[in-house]
Amino acid sequence: MPFRILKRLDRGLLRDIAALDAGLFIVGVSFGAIATSQGVPWWQSTAMSLFVFAGASQFATMGIMTAGGGLLAGVAAGLILNLRHVPYGMAVGDVYWTSLRAKLIGTHLLVDHSAAFALAAGDDRRRARHAYWTVGVSLFVIWNLGSVLGAFAGQFIADPKALGLDAALPAIMLAIIMPNLRDRRTLAAGVLGTAVALGTSFLLPAGVPVLLALVGLVVMWKGANRNEETAA
Amino acid sequence: MTMMIAILALAAGTYLIRLSGPLLRRRMTLSDHAEQVIRAGATVVLLALAVTAALLVDGGFAGWALPAGVLVGGVLAWRKAPLALVVVAAAATTALLRLAGVA
Repeated sequence: MPFRILKRLDRGLLRDIAALDAGLFIVGVSFGAIATSQGVPWWQSTAMSLFVFAGASQFATMGIMTAGGGLLAGVAAGLILNLRHVPYGMAVGDVYWTSLRAKLIGTHLLVDHSAAFALAAGDDRRRARHAYWTVGVSLFVIWNLGSVLGAFAGQFIADPKALGLDAALPAIMLAIIMPNLRDRRTLAAGVLGTAVALGTSFLLPAGVPVLLALVGLVVMWKGANRNEETAA
Repeated sequence: MTMMIAILALAAGTYLIRLSGPLLRRRMTLSDHAEQVIRAGATVVLLALAVTAALLVDGGFAGWALPAGVLVGGVLAWRKAPLALVVVAAAATTALLRLAGVA
């Protein structure tokens, strides 16, 4: 009986991951297509997807480079966007911190969605591990297939904006982290942090505002002190 | 050539960034509460990422079609709808609004 419940849980998880993969496949296609339209050879956009495997930074760095913004500016913009992976790694790193091989591969597979799915599993470590690896590996395959396909046949594929895909991606993220947001204090920290991120978005380079959202966590420190006081 | 250097530099730097989270985390001994805060931290960043992506594009307001679609998806997610439905509803809302001429 418990086995059957577990199986059903995992089937729901797989269906969710399939929906995520479908969405990001099209984003991967659009990455390859944009690269080609900017005159970047297919093997370079493919190498980028393989070795960087972080969509937003790939778009940013490639965009700056092809616009003649220079090497330093291009790489710096991408790296700043990717700094958000530090808090992800701190939160879910233990999920893949097992064998050396798992550490090395798991590190490369740390992206927004693999972190979010692992977090959503909460204290169920088996489910967290299952989710992290399934999302990470499937996204890696989908992302790279998509970007190769886009590099060659991008002009035949519909514009992601016309499909409303730019709305689907944040909605997917909201759906994945929803279980964690049901915790009141996490939600309070999230709302405050998001306000900080929005307020600073007009002043700071992309990638920094979402990190500043961590300021929202003050809500939780306060709670800890109060708990200690009542305990004392 | 410069593009290839950029790709390799971004790849190496990103790998080190990804590596630094677990390495930092393993250097600390944390209370249960601190661990909760770290997990909440990742959730907070993901929420901020989703909301800023819904409202802002290239440093300006994204227009109404995009946040409207994300909102529809978010409400469905809150009502525990399956992810496939969230994706389709969010995308369809935004796509139809754009088709109707809403930016």
